[in-house]
Amino acid sequence: MTRRHLPLLIALFSLTALIVGACGGSTENSKLVVYSGREQELVEPLYAQFTKDTGIELDVRWGESPELAATLREEGDASPADVFYAQDAGSIGIIDPQLTALPQADLELVPARYRDTAGRWVGVTGRVRVLAYNTDRVQGDALPASVLDLASPDWKLGDVGVAPTNASFVGFVSALRETIGDEQTQAFLDGLAQHAKTFQKNGQIVDAIATGEIDTGLVNHYYLYEKLGSDPNAPLGNHYFDPTDPGSLVNVSAVGILATTKHKQDAETFVNWLLTKGQVFFANDAEEREYPLNSAQPGLERSAELPPLAEHPGPDVDLAKLADDLETTIAMIRKAGLVN
Amino acid sequence: MYLVARATAGGGLQSLEASTIGPATIRTFVLAILVAVGAVGIGVPLAVLTIRTDLPLRRVALVLGALPLVIPSYVGALALLGALGPRGLLAQALEPLGVFRLPTIDGLLGSTIVLVLFTYPYVLLLTAAALRRVDPALEQAARGMGRGSLDTFVRVTLPQIRSAVIAGALLAALYAMSDFGVVSLLRCTTLTREAFLRYDALYDPAGAAAVGLVLAALALLMVGAEQWTIRGSTIAARRRVRAREATTPLELGRTARLGASAFVITIISLALILPLAILIWWALTLIGDASLLTQLVDALPAAANAIGVSTAAAIVCLVLALPVAALVTRSSGRLPRWIESVSYVGYALPGIVVGLGLVFFAIRTAPFLYQTVALVVLAYVVRLLPQAISGARSGWERVDPRFEQAARGMGRSASGTLFRVTLPLAAPGVLTGAALVVLTAIKELPATLLLRPNGFETPATIIWQKTNVAEYSSAAIPALLLIAISAIPVYFLLIRPEARPRP
Repeated sequence: MTRRHLPLLIALFSLTALIVGACGGSTENSKLVVYSGREQELVEPLYAQFTKDTGIELDVRWGESPELAATLREEGDASPADVFYAQDAGSIGIIDPQLTALPQADLELVPARYRDTAGRWVGVTGRVRVLAYNTDRVQGDALPASVLDLASPDWKLGDVGVAPTNASFVGFVSALRETIGDEQTQAFLDGLAQHAKTFQKNGQIVDAIATGEIDTGLVNHYYLYEKLGSDPNAPLGNHYFDPTDPGSLVNVSAVGILATTKHKQDAETFVNWLLTKGQVFFANDAEEREYPLNSAQPGLERSAELPPLAEHPGPDVDLAKLADDLETTIAMIRKAGLVN
Repeated sequence: MYLVARATAGGGLQSLEASTIGPATIRTFVLAILVAVGAVGIGVPLAVLTIRTDLPLRRVALVLGALPLVIPSYVGALALLGALGPRGLLAQALEPLGVFRLPTIDGLLGSTIVLVLFTYPYVLLLTAAALRRVDPALEQAARGMGRGSLDTFVRVTLPQIRSAVIAGALLAALYAMSDFGVVSLLRCTTLTREAFLRYDALYDPAGAAAVGLVLAALALLMVGAEQWTIRGSTIAARRRVRAREATTPLELGRTARLGASAFVITIISLALILPLAILIWWALTLIGDASLLTQLVDALPAAANAIGVSTAAAIVCLVLALPVAALVTRSSGRLPRWIESVSYVGYALPGIVVGLGLVFFAIRTAPFLYQTVALVVLAYVVRLLPQAISGARSGWERVDPRFEQAARGMGRSASGTLFRVTLPLAAPGVLTGAALVVLTAIKELPATLLLRPNGFETPATIIWQKTNVAEYSSAAIPALLLIAISAIPVYFLLIRPEARPRP
């Protein structure tokens, strides 16, 4: 038995030695290390274009934004990361003590409400919360001006699709607490829970609306365009609430530079590039149609097809604060019975 | 240890409000028990039917019955949802017939069904191996004394395979506790989902570590229960088989044979054929699309990576498991048993908790290891060591100490005895354990994502990357590739020895 397995075992041992040996001798990284909480499928072409434009090579670590934030926190001062590009303001807000201030000129490319008040991170793209609906079954103009009406006992449009533990919904509830206070927020959630159908992700909500399983759902604006991209005839529409209604929250993808970086110059080039040439990619090329936040950048063509962001600036909340006291926000969502 | 430090230092224990953790703990416990019971309910009859009866094609049935082991449970859940979910293929097929709503596979019940379908092979394999070791002389004696077949099985056979059945049930239960993919897809908030929630929505590693502590306690409780239940059977289990005469297969009547065939076919269809068919269906929709080939080419190096790290993990596990197994079976000391029990904690912990624990540990004590493959291997070892130990232990239990004594008596040195007598005899069990490690490691996701070097992909990380942005069907190619490479260890180590005629 052993005789026969011995060669196999030896082969396996040498393989291990090879693998461990090959990776053991890691040296100082000359590339710019980016922790990317944005999806690989979406931004890999963007990063490739950056390298082509600037000659700066990137070493990208892909992951979920909250998990990368947790990793950065565990790593502390020893973090190998130079830059963190997060999916949402909350994920980067949670590690802002580890970030260094960005150049003022870069910050000023983006409206003040879409960046950190202390200038440690800046929004790159924006997404608006909307009520997506099935255009075959619902009249767009019959939909309410405020998200708060969704919780009304008079709501007649059946189940509303909600992704209660998704960062986008949690961020919206935090914003609601900032604008109308905890008591009314809880009342809203309790009312909404009476006719909510829960999902894991926004994309699933839009799928369910397209098939008629539900008529409406709270999602980010771009899921509509993603779905229409694969199924151009899907009966889908986006309903925007009033421009400053808490339901119209604009969340951002955001970038910041780690204070411990050894490549500060390259890191600043990266941030500046995202806020200038990179904006064109988001406006014209990306399948996920977010709003470029530096609207003064020339060449933003396709954005004209979206309702202008200036008309939907969202409620005036400090995005960095959305990550504060999430414990209470989650507890409120739970209390309403939205999480099982 | 990391857990305790992290949970107490960060004030995480305070976040364990009884209101949220209580129900999740009960739900986790119920899920684990239901999955264990379900896995036994399918695994044991399947083992008996394929090993001890004249069921037609029973060797093939055994092989096919073990194969769902290669389907990662999250891929299985995706495929089952794709087939039977509210917007799945079945619903689409039934829509013209006027059926618009199918009952949703959801929550505790749905998670139980899916997890049972993909964990029963643990029970099947361990029980099948134990059934072969049962001394046929005892059964013949019982029947000779006029006992019926069923009576003989319950009174004579069952006690002899009990410890294997319970060991399999424990693996299934702990798997259910640590699973994240299935419970999140099917919306069942267990402790593992709670832990993930604490990272993903709350940015609260301390709280997650505290949830991990609760899980660890629950796991120790289960392991304790297992050892308590099998304590009486150790003597029976350790009785060496002297006579290896072939057992006469139990003859099934016509109705019994039909019923048994229907049972086997149903299980295999649900757990193996349906998920595979869905994945292949999804892959076929990519044909004509140039991306089919590029996707496959892209995924191949990832497959090689997965094979490399999981094999390395299996080897490290073996090196660690062998002494533990030897001590547990050959000495009566408490320490080895204690080590064995504690190793099960890692198995029940969510990968993300183990992963972040290693980030914390490596960056402070061994920065040169950080974000290297070595740390990924270490994470697998922490999580999967019990599989290697249980395999090694069952191997060791088959070795009659008298052989070792005889070898020593004939002048062999201690190490000579070990290498020439003990290890060869224990090899089948030991290698089975190692194969289980490879199989589980090859599809591991959360710890891999956290600890891998930049740019290091496995089929599981590609599946994650695809399902993150697009529809589930886009993950078909890496999922099929993952299943294909998982079939390699299954074939060499689990199925080939099964199919070989016994000496």
